[in-house]
Amino acid sequence: MEKSVYLDNNATTKVDKEVVESMMKYLKDDYGNPSSLYTLGQNARSAVEDSRKRVASILNCEPRDVFFTGSGTESDNIAVKGVARRYKNKGNHIITSAIEHHAVLKSVEHLAKEGFTYDIAKVGEDGIVDVDHLKSLIKPETILISVMYANNETGAIQPIEEIGKIAKEREIYFHTDAVQGAGKLTLDVKKLNVDMLSLSGHKFHAPKGIGILYKRTGINPIPLFHGGHHELSVRPSTENVPYIVAVAKALEIAYRDIDEHRAKQTMLKERLKAGITKNIGNILLNTPDNSVFNTLNISFVGIEGESILFSLDEFGIAVSTGSACTSGSLEASHVIMAMGRDHTTSHGSVRFSLSKYTTEEEIDYTIDKVKSVVEKIRKISPYK
Amino acid sequence: MYSQTVMDHFRNPHNVGKMENPSGVGKVGNPQCGDEMIIYIKVENNVITDVSFETFGCVAAIASSSMTTDLIKGKTIEEALALSNKEVADKLGGLPPLKMHCSVLAEDGIKMAIEDYRKREEEKKNEQKI
Ligand SMILES: Cc1ncc(COP(=O)(O)O)c(C=O)c1O
Ligand SMILES: [Zn+2]
Repeated sequence: MEKSVYLDNNATTKVDKEVVESMMKYLKDDYGNPSSLYTLGQNARSAVEDSRKRVASILNCEPRDVFFTGSGTESDNIAVKGVARRYKNKGNHIITSAIEHHAVLKSVEHLAKEGFTYDIAKVGEDGIVDVDHLKSLIKPETILISVMYANNETGAIQPIEEIGKIAKEREIYFHTDAVQGAGKLTLDVKKLNVDMLSLSGHKFHAPKGIGILYKRTGINPIPLFHGGHHELSVRPSTENVPYIVAVAKALEIAYRDIDEHRAKQTMLKERLKAGITKNIGNILLNTPDNSVFNTLNISFVGIEGESILFSLDEFGIAVSTGSACTSGSLEASHVIMAMGRDHTTSHGSVRFSLSKYTTEEEIDYTIDKVKSVVEKIRKISPYK
Repeated sequence: MYSQTVMDHFRNPHNVGKMENPSGVGKVGNPQCGDEMIIYIKVENNVITDVSFETFGCVAAIASSSMTTDLIKGKTIEEALALSNKEVADKLGGLPPLKMHCSVLAEDGIKMAIEDYRKREEEKKNEQKI
């Protein structure tokens, strides 16, 4: 398998060389603990605080509102559980959406065991949250709304600004899981009307195991861990200096070059979409027009996603699927199902997610292989 | 994740396709994951002389369909009925635990096809009586 075409960038991304270089110094030389008072420690401290400033400038917020965490999952958990638990005297009701990542959905489900109640806002066939439905779910006891910015499976962009405005009017805390929006959409928290926002480094060419949480000053989530005074005790634990430097650098690069990335990946995604649509019959698009520029999700009717995944892997092409056979729980993707697709369609969904490293040649190669793979598997299927 | 044998059967599945004038047809769906399979058998003198399948499912489902059809070809009805999904999985060099349920599909398919064959035979007999 000499050829390698990585089209699973919503799962994780390759760490950028510039990012690797930026963090090496903090592994090799300035390895001090940022809480230590001697020079070695203070060098690390300045690296952390400098990184915080850089992130804040992209989020258009105060550096003190930026928190470094261990992952996107952790940021989501701190925001959802932390805020619900802190403000439960104000109310016990939470609203989220049907297409959230499990980091949010399972957190909300867990809170239900602690006496909270919740409602799930529906999405339309396009995979976009139905704002009117969400509005109708608001009760006097509602304290928190959590709706993601862009969906990881379909790329559908959610009406965050609008929901944020509604939440503000009703004095409800609003969190967005913006993990799939980083490097693709604006992260200006004022424009987005959000109180809290989660990011994960490994989705934008930083390493795995580093997350960011923005929270507006004045909101005080109860921390998941108790320990030292790091990150204002919102997330105690000695700062992961190299990864903090890396995540700030990666975010900076992502927004420095965003116009170029958008232009190139939009073109490549359209090329992939046109190539598949023209060459393969009986498909269903699961990605709406209003979507992030790197994501294309398609159902190949009559065949199952895992068999497509493994067949493409033989050609060195990496994609993912919403098939029940790969989910562990044996349930087809809750996201594709929430869009009203039947089980069979969800079972055959394939996600292609591009990055700045994707080339035109890779896309043409992929179109060609998808065509032959789908033809081959359809021959085996009772549905032609 | 999958054994070499599973991948070989998945890449080049044996006995694929619809059969003209089968003696029995089994159509099964896996309520757990949504995989589906149709299995066709031709029976002469209580022996399965030909078998084929069509499967909508994952690598494990397709590979077990292929292996199962290989294993029952040339076998008597009773021998075919005795085949278990565990045996199919063993012959495939094992399946990941989460994928065992996918191999049940083929076992159920065979049983259903034989049941259908017996029903048809019964009907033929009844017709002759009339
Ligand atoms: C939308 C979304 N939220 C949260 C996460 C979790 O991030 P992490 O892997 O950093 O925990 C992911 C990715 O896995 C994601 O796609
Ligand atoms: Zn399966």
